[in-house]
Amino acid sequence: MKNKKTHGGLGQLTIPIIALALLVLFNVVRDLIFIYYFKDPNYVSFFSIEFTRNNLDNTVLAGNLISIINGASELAILAMGMTLVTAACGGQDISVGAAAAIAGSVFVKVLKSSSSINGGTVAIAFVSACIVAMLFGSFNGTLVAVFKIQPMIATLILYTCGRSIAYWINGGATPTVNSPIITAIGSFIPGIPIPTPVLIVIAVSLLFKLIFKFTSLELFTQSVGINGSAARLNGINSTFIKLLSFIILGVCVAFSGTIGVSRLGLINHETLLLDIEMDTILAVAIGGNSLGGGKFKIGGSIIGAYVIQMLTITLYAMKVSSTDVKAYKAIVIVLLVVLGSPVVKAKFEKVLSYLGLNRQSISTKGAQ
Amino acid sequence: MKMMKNMRKEPLTDTQLLMSITIGIFIVMYLVAIIFLGGGFLHAQQIFDMLNDNASLIIVSCALTIVMIGGGIDISVGAVTSLVVMSCVLYLNSGGNIFVSILLALGIGLGFGLVQGFLISYLEIQPFIVTLAGMFFARGMTTILSVNPQKSEHSGFEKLREMKIEIPFLGYTAKNGNFVPARMELGVVVALICVVFIFILLKYIRLGRNFYAMGGNQQSALMLGINVKRTRFFSYVISGLLSGISGYVFMMHTGAGNATNAAGMEMNAIASSIIGGTLLTGGVGNVIGTFFGTLTLTTIKKIVVSSGLNDPWWQSITTGGMLCFFILLQSVVLGKRAKKKNS
Repeated sequence: MKNKKTHGGLGQLTIPIIALALLVLFNVVRDLIFIYYFKDPNYVSFFSIEFTRNNLDNTVLAGNLISIINGASELAILAMGMTLVTAACGGQDISVGAAAAIAGSVFVKVLKSSSSINGGTVAIAFVSACIVAMLFGSFNGTLVAVFKIQPMIATLILYTCGRSIAYWINGGATPTVNSPIITAIGSFIPGIPIPTPVLIVIAVSLLFKLIFKFTSLELFTQSVGINGSAARLNGINSTFIKLLSFIILGVCVAFSGTIGVSRLGLINHETLLLDIEMDTILAVAIGGNSLGGGKFKIGGSIIGAYVIQMLTITLYAMKVSSTDVKAYKAIVIVLLVVLGSPVVKAKFEKVLSYLGLNRQSISTKGAQ
Repeated sequence: MKMMKNMRKEPLTDTQLLMSITIGIFIVMYLVAIIFLGGGFLHAQQIFDMLNDNASLIIVSCALTIVMIGGGIDISVGAVTSLVVMSCVLYLNSGGNIFVSILLALGIGLGFGLVQGFLISYLEIQPFIVTLAGMFFARGMTTILSVNPQKSEHSGFEKLREMKIEIPFLGYTAKNGNFVPARMELGVVVALICVVFIFILLKYIRLGRNFYAMGGNQQSALMLGINVKRTRFFSYVISGLLSGISGYVFMMHTGAGNATNAAGMEMNAIASSIIGGTLLTGGVGNVIGTFFGTLTLTTIKKIVVSSGLNDPWWQSITTGGMLCFFILLQSVVLGKRAKKKNS
């Protein structure tokens, strides 16, 4: 490994940005073919964004691009928390979907038990969902940090029984909550044309940015991930950092659970954010973060989340049915990870140097 | 494996210790079930039922055990099982013959194993991501083949499916006076053969020993002259092949292909391996433990159902609780041993 200087701060973000660019290019080509070759008059460009009036009579933005950044909101928030856990513990939390179902159930339960739904009760409900999610996060975190269990195994417990706990919280029913506030959280705030989940993603990422700016969390997490015992010898409480990363993930889980519930206005413990744990881990990996821990970039994971959602929406736009999407998604994922694999990259660099285009090596691998 | 062979009274290795804990707990649990719930648990048929229902889970758990001993993970096994069932049923219904359908099952499994193994070992991509993609691909292909459930209508295959091994001396006399011999499906025989074969592979064959060496410490395995890449490649190939076999066994049990077949099987298999004493970190594990792990997992579900807790959420909550118990127990036991070794 040569000195890992990166150019212009990109480095690890090369792969996700290339992936995003490829998807955009694919859609541009597809647009051009449909418009100029088939001359299809009913064809709507993939990139068209228009103002429409929704059924609550708000002026809102609509279009594929909007549904991409809107639909990836939960994924992006979870990916941010997952990046921290991955970096600190060198493993992934596979229980986020189940934990989000629990957080959503608590959110609905508190709203249902209060007499009326107003700003205050929604805040209380969210805070209680947050606390419950943080408790479950610290359960996972304790297993990982104190008992030194592999994160995937430790979170397998909650993965197995999480949705059943969510079921039990609401007594097996799928209660609905109807309120303008919930609708506002799930779709649009009157007067603002941007979907609210997108605003929440921006808020959460700003929060992360601020935390990293004013605390040493980023540095500590990386050092714990690179070498836990060395970090401990340097006076970093690695147990606490690991536990903290799970608790922060808990907060992210509460956010995405709340968004998921608010979108539909009901809690379905079986289907809420189903299989999102896999997509989340994928987002982290596509973002160029090493799944073995160490160096990380939250930005990469966020882009990774949007890559995944854009892939899904592109496939939907091509009239692939929602159950078949997985197969095509798998092919693209394999292509992406092969492109990003260290061996292929080394070969590629060899070819480049052979051609006399020797650049300084850009590595997306985490610290070894 | 730090225990030296030349020590006079050889203490148990980690693998043996964890395995004996599992077997002990399984026996205790089964005895408790017999004492408190009686009835069904006394008949040998109960065990055969558990085996009949879980033959494919046992095979898949064996696959996971091999991969986990090598320090990897394979979460595509359940989806591959489902894909094999669907494609074999469709092939048989279109008038194929049984022998070719078996080859088809093995071929699909082997294909997944080869591709995943190549990507993981030779291109050095993280196993979780590769097998996740494999899982997505297999699930997607299953629904592309058919969204609706497909029942097998092949007469020859139905005959094969009906074939059961009867063991008269383990039977019991039913309430109406009829003697019911214990019945075991052919799939169970396949599963048991797989268990024995993998036990031999892991214990006596060089490739199997290499899995342990690689999972225990990759660097030292490399220093010992083990071809780590090839060993890892083979662990995924074997895992893929076993998923193919498991798919065929699953089909022999259910006789129908469905997009939701074997849903969540990979996690059950991982849980079985863990309960059986395999560590995800690699280097520790045993296929006999995995076998008992699967039985333990099934027994607890049976106990929950027999004690009248019929709500669906009880099963997964008890499974989760038991998993938690086993994981903590292993962590504590191994932690204590490590401390003793150091002092």
